[in-house]
Amino acid sequence: MGLSASDLWNIVVMQGFAGLSLFSVLLLMGLGLAIIFGQMGVINMAHGEFMTVGAYTIFMLSSLTETYAPSLMPYYFLVAIAVAFVLAFAAGWLAEWALIRHLYRRPLDTLLATWGLSLGMQQIFRSTFGAKEVSPTLPEWLLGSWSPTEGLDIPINGMFVMGLTLLVTGGVFLMLYRSRWGLRVRATVSNRGMANAIGINTRNTDRMTFAIGCGIAGVAGAAFTTIGSTGPTSGSLYIVDAFLVVTFGGAASLLGTVASAFGIAQTQSITEFFLTGSMAKVLTLLAIITILMIRPQGLFALKMRR
Amino acid sequence: MSSQDDRDDLQSTSRRNFSKGLATLPLIGMPGLSLAAKYPTAKVNTTKLAVTDTEVTVGQLHSATGTMAISETGSIQAERLAIEQINAAGGVLGRQIKIIQEDGASDWPTFAEKSKKLLVNDRVAAVFGCWTSASRKAVLPIFEKENGMLYYPTFYEGLEQSKNVIYTGQEATQQILWGLDWVMKEKGAKSFFLIGSDYIWPRTSNKIARKHIENFRHLKVVGEEYYPLGHTNFNSLINKIKIVKPDCIYAIVVGGSNVAFYKQMKAAGVTSKKQLLLTISVTEDELLGIGGENCDGFYACMKYFQSLDNSNNHKFVEAFKAKYGPKAVIGDVTQAAYLGPWLWKFAVEKAGSFDIDKIAKASPGIEFKGAPEGYVKIHPNHHLWSKARIGEIQSDGQFKVVAESPELIEPNPFPKGYQ
Repeated sequence: MGLSASDLWNIVVMQGFAGLSLFSVLLLMGLGLAIIFGQMGVINMAHGEFMTVGAYTIFMLSSLTETYAPSLMPYYFLVAIAVAFVLAFAAGWLAEWALIRHLYRRPLDTLLATWGLSLGMQQIFRSTFGAKEVSPTLPEWLLGSWSPTEGLDIPINGMFVMGLTLLVTGGVFLMLYRSRWGLRVRATVSNRGMANAIGINTRNTDRMTFAIGCGIAGVAGAAFTTIGSTGPTSGSLYIVDAFLVVTFGGAASLLGTVASAFGIAQTQSITEFFLTGSMAKVLTLLAIITILMIRPQGLFALKMRR
Repeated sequence: MSSQDDRDDLQSTSRRNFSKGLATLPLIGMPGLSLAAKYPTAKVNTTKLAVTDTEVTVGQLHSATGTMAISETGSIQAERLAIEQINAAGGVLGRQIKIIQEDGASDWPTFAEKSKKLLVNDRVAAVFGCWTSASRKAVLPIFEKENGMLYYPTFYEGLEQSKNVIYTGQEATQQILWGLDWVMKEKGAKSFFLIGSDYIWPRTSNKIARKHIENFRHLKVVGEEYYPLGHTNFNSLINKIKIVKPDCIYAIVVGGSNVAFYKQMKAAGVTSKKQLLLTISVTEDELLGIGGENCDGFYACMKYFQSLDNSNNHKFVEAFKAKYGPKAVIGDVTQAAYLGPWLWKFAVEKAGSFDIDKIAKASPGIEFKGAPEGYVKIHPNHHLWSKARIGEIQSDGQFKVVAESPELIEPNPFPKGYQ
């Protein structure tokens, strides 16, 4: 094939980056879900649709900027991500108030209710934006690749997603372990009755937690417009992977989510490189199932008195 | 949808209007009357289809909801446009076409159930519908048992032929062979990397492509890979492509994966400046989602592009945009769907009857000179003779037509040596 040593080195670097980039995608996807599912025990089947809210926000703002302020095109994306968070946060707040809070004592019903919510949201997207997939115009600096040497191409969008993931993950850790809200959430998770008794408004805490989880989903969806598609049903592409990451990592542990995203991403991208795509997926899933059979609680589990 | 009562009601009002019009404007009423009178309902409809003296009912069966709505919306619109135009020109045998639309909802059993409803309850004279092969396979036994007529618009994998279906899209060999020969001859491609989404159409198409490359042209296939539908991470694949360095990537990725694939190719520096790529799964519709700037300079092989420069197509594009807005785009399948109602009209007029058996017999040899793609003719195997074309993707989401097969290509759904 005529591969020189430097070619081989380039491939190794790019393949390593491919793994890391998949890792950040999975982590970003799983993070919002980990907060909602892990901390509140709500199985949110509409998680993917909150991502789609973020993706469509980018699309809307990109068309608006293009029409009214084309000179701002290079900068709109950063603002749009913040807006995506706010919109998805608001949608999550609304969903919690209207639907989820009535079902906390019936976890299986939340599954059905959020599934219904996801179908409803898909239809709203379809009626609003049309059934066809859309593509936001991305700022020029996000496209293409950075090639420090000949033959080595590092995707810029991949680096961007990675940076964003780092930021969001850091932010979530800080909030959970260094803020009053985080304290209340952790108290509610470990003992709801006691938390109530010492004066924590667990209802408000729940609503805030759910909305933040949805907001993070919105950020994830916004980031994914750089690598994937935006359509009414795009959310359903991500939901399975997101649950996989969270369940495999151990539901209540953020650290577990990070570790599981890393493990799944590396397994998948390495097997994909040596085998074919469909085969790689099969192997990855088999590995996950095997490990979950041995450790049903996932990779990491909180030590808790039951 | 409408019950029997509703329909009787509709008919009686339209009949009343018709005779009123006749009294006041005899000259305008005449041609329609004479045509319908020349073909009395009892004679042109011996199998109890939904045909009256003034009206003929047809069915439309696509996914208006669910994942496939993305693709099928264009077909729904094109068929409606064609039917509207036919009605404005006097209808079929002097009868106006009425549409009953059913939603297959991207679900194959629903397609089967709705087709049964259209054929058995509504007794429609023809059905324009289906998009995926899976939905077509689901309704085929019903069309054959109930003796209906389906006009199917999508390019597909071939290996099928039915008296009860007219295939207005290309079967695999019409789309694949000429395009491959073009990249070999014009671009000097000698090695190929085949990529597809993991289901029947890409796999069958790549099988034909591989046979053509290896057995008939004696060139090399250096890789063949499939990814699950909805897969969105192609970085490992792209690295693999960089190692084997094929002259040409042959891509049949569909749906959301399509968007991810081209965005990531661009992000990894695999652009048309460095790499030749030929696809049979990207039309103007897909480019809406992918964004032309992510894949400009790559090639697609289709029979129709919106930018085709002929007077039929200018008129078609203009009418389509007038009806569905200036931003509407028209892909290959949308055009093929537009052919369906016209080909049915010609077949009915040639047969002088709405009976399915007579239409099926009359169809071979039917020509449509007004087709936006230029000129098509129905083959005895119920597929269309049509040309193949290569379009180069432009950053504005349109194609520049760079090559066209000199002759119409014969449809060959059961190609020898390719199975």
